[in-house]
This record gives sequence, structure tokens and C-alpha cells, in this order.
Amino acid sequence: MIDYRPMAASPSIVVDGLRVRRGGVVVLDDLSLSVASGRVTGLLGPSGSGKTTLMRVIVGVQIVEAGSITVLGEPAGTPSLRSKVGYMTQNPAVYGDLTVRENLRYFARILDAAPDNVDEVLEMVAMAPFGDRVVNRLSGGQKARVSLATALVGNPELLVLDEPTVGLDPVLRRDLWKAFNELADSGKTLLVSSHVMDEADHCHDLLLLREGKLVATGTPASVRQQSGKQDLDEAFLALINEEVA
Amino acid sequence: MSFRATFATAVRVLNQLRRDPRTLALLLFVPVLLVFLLEQLFSDRRMVFQQIGGPLLGLFPLIAMFLVTSITMLRERVSGTLERLMALPLAKLDILAGYAIAFGLVAALQAILVSVVAFGLLGLDTQGPPWAVVLLAVSNAILGMSLGLFVSAFARTEFQAIQFMPAFILPQILLCGLFTQRSQMAGWMRGLSDALPFTYAYDALHRATQLGLFDGRFVLDLTVTIGVTVLALTLGASTLRRRTG
Ligand SMILES: Nc1ncnc2c1ncn2[C@@H]1O[C@H](COP(=O)(O)OP(=O)(O)O)[C@@H](O)[C@H]1O
Ligand SMILES: [Mg+2]
Repeated sequence: MIDYRPMAASPSIVVDGLRVRRGGVVVLDDLSLSVASGRVTGLLGPSGSGKTTLMRVIVGVQIVEAGSITVLGEPAGTPSLRSKVGYMTQNPAVYGDLTVRENLRYFARILDAAPDNVDEVLEMVAMAPFGDRVVNRLSGGQKARVSLATALVGNPELLVLDEPTVGLDPVLRRDLWKAFNELADSGKTLLVSSHVMDEADHCHDLLLLREGKLVATGTPASVRQQSGKQDLDEAFLALINEEVA
Repeated sequence: MSFRATFATAVRVLNQLRRDPRTLALLLFVPVLLVFLLEQLFSDRRMVFQQIGGPLLGLFPLIAMFLVTSITMLRERVSGTLERLMALPLAKLDILAGYAIAFGLVAALQAILVSVVAFGLLGLDTQGPPWAVVLLAVSNAILGMSLGLFVSAFARTEFQAIQFMPAFILPQILLCGLFTQRSQMAGWMRGLSDALPFTYAYDALHRATQLGLFDGRFVLDLTVTIGVTVLALTLGASTLRRRTG
């Protein structure tokens, strides 16, 4: 994808010297990065590389050992950020015994969003026909989309989406990426994780994570250039080997 | 704390119950069945039914709400919805108060239903007014809810949560004075009984139903019941962590 827009002046997320320990093990170490506003940033890396942990830090639910994390100009975890940041957890965090609409209405009420907003986000994740279905009676992919919808409720400025396209069919995946890009066009900032390199080309910027460290950053084109590989899977492998060597 | 978020949570919890008609039916009709059994059991010793019937009406909701809350809260922790809520503009107190309103309503329904059957159909006769039983039942239900909420933090599975019922509740029922007058208990048992919240919940019910006595000791009973509720809620709130490891 060619992106002509200039980089926004002030980034939405700035992480500096972040260290996180989970279960006694350091899983993110001295991590520094920034996420530009109004763009789709892909957080890519193999499973276990620390993507979910980093996202938890950004939304302020992870205990942090060291480092500073600034989100929309305020320290991560500041109460006022909670209505500006939409978070989709990796495992669907929705009430299985409620209908899709009951779930979304609960989030909408908490966020003081307009009731219409529920239908808008249902439309966006292509779940409008299933509004009255009890969540436990949905497929895994459908559940994931309900969970994604909860992150979209209330029109947040920043969206932190943990593997939103995993397990979805290609058509749906393409439509979601299109929707993410449209959100960015309308000025939202998106941080989207994936462990599938193929998704990288849908992003404006990339953060490649491996074992809690950044291996590469930049646009897909510049990552290709850094590694000298056209295929992003190969590019990632080449960059890792460079690190090791 | 926000009224909107509290109310939204209460509605959500009530919706969950509504979507689970079997649980709701069990909650409402099991006490009725038990009171009927009790009446039949003592059909030739009406005195016993009259003595323990009243207090028992006020203890059912305590036990039921203890179980329902500990399981619901455990599910909320395990399924990831609690983590999700912690990333929303929702105070811990909103969650707790939402639960209290929803379960308090169910407890009131439960108490009214079983009271109507006991007083109206089974000829239960008490010194105090029946509405005092209903009011005490609701306050006991909220005590049960708070205790359930607190112990849910110590369970990892639903099996464990269910085992808290015999471990936590049964000894209190045995020692509260329902089966043996407290004055006839051995010293150490009496001491233990003094330290358990059920003793006060039962004594208030005993005074209201058997003696029609709303005296100083009754006020003390209520104060202890409310005090323990607040304490358990505070401890319970401290187990709802915004940030986890
Ligand atoms: N709850 C947890 N307790 C202890 N360690 C954890 C926990 N969750 C994840 N980890 C560890 O943290 C590391 C990063 O995990 P995670 O952030 O989930 O990676 P990713 O999302 O990229 O798959 C892994 O080594 C994982 O085993
Ligand atoms: Mg993950």
C-alpha cells in the first residue's frame, strides 16, 4: 500500500525503556517505540513475543516494572484515557450468556455512547444479522467480531486490537482491514497485532517484535528495504538472523 | 463512581439471570419447596415449624446469593471480562453496587415469594410483621453477596467456589443458634459463634419473628450485619485489581 500522508506531528503512543516481568520472567525489556496518530500500525511477531503484554501495558491493565508509557499525551492507565482507548482482548471478552446486542449495549451505557452507536459497530464488523443471537451460540470467528465491536463502541480515538483477524475467512479479513484503514482515514489511531506476516501489507507502519524486543520498525516498504527481501515473512527471518549474527 | 455505570451493570447482571431461566427458577422455587418440606416434616410438631420457619426464610437468600455471586464473579475473572471492564470508565464500586442492586432485587423477590407461601399458605405465624422478614432477608442477601464476592478471589475453578459453601456457610448455620441455643453451647463454640456474622443475622431474624423484639440487641445485630457487609465489600473490592501481572 502506498501512503502519501505525512507522519502526524505528535505520536499517539510513546513507550520509553519499558520493562515488564510476568511470572518472574522478563517478557519485555528496555522497549522503546512510538505509534503515529491517524495511522494503522501493525504489531507483528510470533506467538509469545510479547504483543499481548505490550497492548495490556498501553491500555493500563498490566503491572509495569520500569519505563514510561505515554498514551494520547497522558501516562498509560490514567482514568480519563479509559473512554478514549478501545481495547479488543485476544480471547473474546464478552458475556456468553447475553445476546450480541445486550453485550454491546452494556459497553455503550458504560461509555455513555449513543444507542445508535451499537448498530453502527455491528454493521462495521458485519454482525448486524446476529444482533439478537446469544453469544455462546456463535462461532469462534463471530464471537471475535463481537469482541471487536465492544472495542469500537463509543468511537474511541485510539484502538488497540489484539489479533482481530485471526481465524476469520479471507473475505472478512479483507473487509476488516478496509474498515481499519477507513477509521485511520477519519483520524483514528490503530495498533493492530498479528502473528501472520501476510497482514503486514495492510498497515501503514510496522513494529516487528521478537522475544520482547523490537527487531524492525518502519513502513512495509522500508522493512523490505532494510532486509533486502520482497516477501515479508522472509524479511522478518532475515532481520532476525541479522540480529543473531 | 457513576450512576450510569452502576445501573448498566445491574441491568447486565439481571439480563444474565433472565437468560438463564433455570437458575432463576431454582433461586425462586427451591426455598418455597424447602419451607414446604419443613412444614410437612413438623406437621405434628407445629411449634418447631413456627420457631425455625421465620428465621429460615431470612437465611435462604443469604446462602443463595453467596453461591450465585461467588460463581458469577469467578466467571467474570476467568473469562477475561473483568480485565476488559477494568479498561473501561467504570469504578470498582460501580461493579459491586451493580451486583448488589441486581442480586438485592432477586433476593427481595425470593424472600417475598417464600414469605407469601409460608405466611399465607402454610400458616407460619410470627410475632413481628412479615415485612420485617423480607427486609432482613434482603439485607442478609447483600451480606451473602459480599461474602461470596470476597471468597471468589480465592477460587480458581467453579468446583472450588462451590466448596466454599460447605466450608464457609455450613459451620455458620450450625453455630448461629438455629439448631442449638447459643446459651447451651460449650464455651469455645459459643466464642466461635460470637465471631461469625451468621449469628447476628440469625439473631436479628429470631428477634423480629419470634420475640417481636426490636430492642438494643436487635440494633446491634443489624449493625454487625451491615458492618460485616461493608468490610467484605471493601476486601472484595481490593481483590478487583485494575492492573495485574
Ligand atoms: N499471565 C501470564 N503469566 C506469566 N507469564 C505470561 C502470562 N501471559 C503471558 N506470559 C508470558 O509472556 C510472554 C509474552 O506473552 P504474550 O504477551 O501473550 O505474547 P504474544 O501476545 O505475542 O503471543 C510469553 O513468554 C508468555 O509465556
Ligand atoms: Mg497474544
